Amino acid sequence: MQTLDTLTLGQSATIKEFTDDFLSLKFIEMGCLPGEKIKLCNIAPFGDPIAIEVSGYVLSLRKQEAATIVVKLNPENTVESCAI
Amino acid sequence: MSPVPSNLSHTSVALVGNPNSGKSTLFNSMTGLHQKTGNYAGVTVDKHYGSYKHKNQEFKVTDLPGTYSLYPKSLDEEVACRALLSVDEKIDVVVIVADASNLKRHLLLATQLIDLKMPCVLALNMIDEAAKNNTVIYYEELEKLIDIPVIPINSRSKEGIQELKEAITRAKISDTVFYNFEKQKQLFPQIDSYQTLIQLALDTKKEQPHAIKEFELNDNLHRFSKINYMVAKCIKQPEKLNKNLTQKLDTFFTHKVFGFAFFFLVLFIIFQFIFYVAEYPMTWIEEGFAYLMNTVAVSLPKGQLSDLLVNGVLAGISGIVVFVPQIALLFFFIAILEDTGYMARASFILDKVMRKFGLNGKSVIPMISSVACAVPSIMSTRTITNWKDRMITILVTPLISCSARLPVYTLLISMMFAKDKSIGILNYQGLVLMGMYLLGFGAALLAALILKHVLKTTEKSYFIMELPVYRKPQWQTVAMLVFDKVKVFLFDAGKIILAISIVLWFLTSHAPGDAFEKLESNAVATNLQEADLNAQKLEASYAGILGKKMEPVIKPLGFDWKIGIALITSFAAREVFVGTMATIYSSGDSENTETLREKLIAEKNFETQLPAYSSAVCWSLMIFYVFAMQCMSTLATTYRETKHWKWPAIQLVFMTGLAYLSSLLVYNILN
Repeated sequence: MQTLDTLTLGQSATIKEFTDDFLSLKFIEMGCLPGEKIKLCNIAPFGDPIAIEVSGYVLSLRKQEAATIVVKLNPENTVESCAI
Repeated sequence: MSPVPSNLSHTSVALVGNPNSGKSTLFNSMTGLHQKTGNYAGVTVDKHYGSYKHKNQEFKVTDLPGTYSLYPKSLDEEVACRALLSVDEKIDVVVIVADASNLKRHLLLATQLIDLKMPCVLALNMIDEAAKNNTVIYYEELEKLIDIPVIPINSRSKEGIQELKEAITRAKISDTVFYNFEKQKQLFPQIDSYQTLIQLALDTKKEQPHAIKEFELNDNLHRFSKINYMVAKCIKQPEKLNKNLTQKLDTFFTHKVFGFAFFFLVLFIIFQFIFYVAEYPMTWIEEGFAYLMNTVAVSLPKGQLSDLLVNGVLAGISGIVVFVPQIALLFFFIAILEDTGYMARASFILDKVMRKFGLNGKSVIPMISSVACAVPSIMSTRTITNWKDRMITILVTPLISCSARLPVYTLLISMMFAKDKSIGILNYQGLVLMGMYLLGFGAALLAALILKHVLKTTEKSYFIMELPVYRKPQWQTVAMLVFDKVKVFLFDAGKIILAISIVLWFLTSHAPGDAFEKLESNAVATNLQEADLNAQKLEASYAGILGKKMEPVIKPLGFDWKIGIALITSFAAREVFVGTMATIYSSGDSENTETLREKLIAEKNFETQLPAYSSAVCWSLMIFYVFAMQCMSTLATTYRETKHWKWPAIQLVFMTGLAYLSSLLVYNILN
């Protein structure tokens, strides 16, 4: 089970499910839906928070929050620069 | 079905949308200068309302706080949802503001609002950005699907504003239903509409039944499946979005070296402006008021009333207006930082460090600004959306040494150390001064750390935040914010400051019985200097009596009743300490502290005949001023920003308590 916080910069993945009830409600209204493609596009200087590209915009979140999002790496995954 | 105005004289319009949907810019474009700021009852969320005329009809507009959905996750969002459903607000038309360049997410709130069965219009904002991304939106198609008027606008260039105003007159209740009707019937068979359900969710906010959360989850997923279908039908957008500029800027602004370097440059510029540049207009204000007070004093007959007007009221107002330059300058910068999208990046790079202290990335600017003054800093904490982070920032910010403490530090340091005394190239006076500032910073961080564990909140802390695209600042929005903040301070916090100044004026200018008259006639008989008479009067006044009554309490800190008086008067502002000491020691001009310094050094303790201002006393006094809440304006601002007397009371007790204990410790170690 891979979670969002373990992605490396530029990696993309698909959201599978959430492990925290409260945060899942927040994520869904921010457009992070199961089945949605995401890409890790920025990491703050001290390694936390991180920023992901999701449904056409950039969302920042802390690593501990990202750890509640279960993802599946995209098969065609090639690390590339983030194109927001 | 067209809207039926609840009030025959005007139609009431509410702007609702996600944060960053350009709602406030739209509000400014629609109402121009016809707007006001109030407060929602019982909470510290600003209420912006205004009006405009369209075809001889009056429209009242309320700009509701931004929200991502009708299931609120923060105080701001809750206020927006409550206002929408409130009977008092009597909203006739809801204008849904959505970002056309990020339509999918913005449509979630839109479909929820449509389900409330209120007359709606959808304003698709930022069509220029959507066009830049090569996104094509088929408005007619969208209009058919959601069954309300859809108006493309650009709130920044004011494109489409007239069309929107026209569309508001034909807003309609959509016949389309988006919500998960099946799930509602299953979970809440007794509820008959989406509106009732949302009302129930709000009413049970504190202990929400699990069924509501379950419904929210299913409802939103259900909505998104419908939205996906609509987006596929109405929007053509390229696979890869063209947001290169934002991407490039982010690489710079969140870079581990350049990002921080730029942030410190921003801090440095803000600091320079509120510390040095603001000093010019502040001096003009003070001189202007001094001139005015002088003129009034000369032209009015001498007496109680003229004294009240000049030294009570005018001096009080002067003490309020003098804050305006710092407030205006700080908010000028903050408005630009917010409007351009930079503030979100500053939070992003600072979050990890600040979080350790229970603070937020957005706490940094208020805390640094309070080196100049805590008043504008506390006002600027509104940008912190998390309640607990904001409260901690407000509570600890006054511990940071502000510019009003500087004259006190300077006087006391100059009494203890000679100007030229130094260790190597480091000047002693400068070192001690720096130490005082560091002590304040350290205390603020430590207090934040403690409060992080003490403050209880039901609001969950998270950092799930949009990083908006970079935009040019809108000067109208910037000007509006600055104007608004100045007005709020002058009229809300100003009232309290004025009341306290009048009390302080009374305490220093009145004495029981005919004490003053006796002193005056005595002065005439003995040919006493005016400065000496003033010193005697202050001693005899209520403030003097209070100072003497206080002596047993402050004696363990090494303070006598004279310092007691100065502690009372400098509650108006810390720098008043120097002026009061100058009066007590009748050293004349408070601008020239050299005579005062000499008199203080020469002062002997009444009992021991040793120097009264030993270094133990000076240190103790200085430490007291580092920590003590000696500032009525800060307290008034905290009240205005928290809408509760509990918070300024906590600040006062906790800071003064800390000051007392620290001074007690320092005095007893050194003595």
